[in-house]
Amino acid sequence: MNLLNRLRRHRLPSSRDVAKQRLQLVLVHDRSHISPGMLEVLKDEIIAVISKHIEIDRAGVHVTISENDQENRLVADIPLANGRRARGQS
Amino acid sequence: MAARVITITSGKGGVGKTTATANIGVALALRGKRVVCMDADIGLRNLDVVLGLENRIVYDVVDVLEGRCKLRQALIRDKRLPDLYLMPASQKRDKSAVKSEDLIRICEELGADHDFILIDSAAGIEEGFRTALAPSNEVIIVTNPEVSAVRDADRVIGLVEAAEKGPAKLVVNRLKPDLVQRGDMLDTSDVLEILAVDLLGIVPEDESILVSTNRGHPAALEERSRAGLSFRNIARRLLGEDVPFETYREAPGLLQRLTRLFSANGRLA
Repeated sequence: MNLLNRLRRHRLPSSRDVAKQRLQLVLVHDRSHISPGMLEVLKDEIIAVISKHIEIDRAGVHVTISENDQENRLVADIPLANGRRARGQS
Repeated sequence: MAARVITITSGKGGVGKTTATANIGVALALRGKRVVCMDADIGLRNLDVVLGLENRIVYDVVDVLEGRCKLRQALIRDKRLPDLYLMPASQKRDKSAVKSEDLIRICEELGADHDFILIDSAAGIEEGFRTALAPSNEVIIVTNPEVSAVRDADRVIGLVEAAEKGPAKLVVNRLKPDLVQRGDMLDTSDVLEILAVDLLGIVPEDESILVSTNRGHPAALEERSRAGLSFRNIARRLLGEDVPFETYREAPGLLQRLTRLFSANGRLA
């Protein structure tokens, strides 16, 4: 029984790994004093501002906080709407 | 100040601060050090019962501050270890009864003829924690390998650094090696990677802690207690000895070995 449970379970990440990932994510927000909600607001406003000037792929926008020993960075990854695809079509 | 003043804190309550304070104090005294365990959790006194000294309290730290007794009169000497003392918290007052300056003054006075003052902090990050932190020149953070305790430990580590009391050292308490092996508990390496602090000790979950607390006889006094051994090793590391960290890897049984074989195959497929 135990063996079966384990065999079934090992496909999923272990709860230890889930705990670690969740902690790492929540601590990025705690340490930077930027809540996930605030990040969403920032993302929406960034999209709004940039969309005024250029066309972007709104669904593909990612705004995250990256953390290393020296500094925290706010990283905005904003795909342009008419990137490689447009060139390929023409 | 001659003594090393070490504040033991955690952020989250219930992770084993008081148990750690009592046992590290006992372990240091076992190695011939003159130790005062100070209960700074004013209003929620517990270090006395964990040490088994609750029946001997006459005065407490608030009595000292308000001039009802001398410092020496409030100190309780442990009968098992003549160089171990308890400074009890007041049970009937609250955190506002003891200010940072008060605790600094008391530690300076006690520091003259002791080697270690271990301050058992209140949980939380408010007044009680800040008061307990004020006199310290070293900080030990106690955490459990679970998300809420680690998150709170991270917050406290930040506050300790901001107060220029860092770098704090970490004790991972109540580790369950079987759960770690099964992949259901954060391992010490995970906790260290997340918190990026130095490790002072790993204490396994151990029923002997409950029993020893029931009896008021700290596990560090028990030769055969696993947790007691961990606390004795922590004391040795505090004294500068290079003691390897415990690994607690149990020899795998047949079933475990079979399971591992199966999971390995599963992963390859």
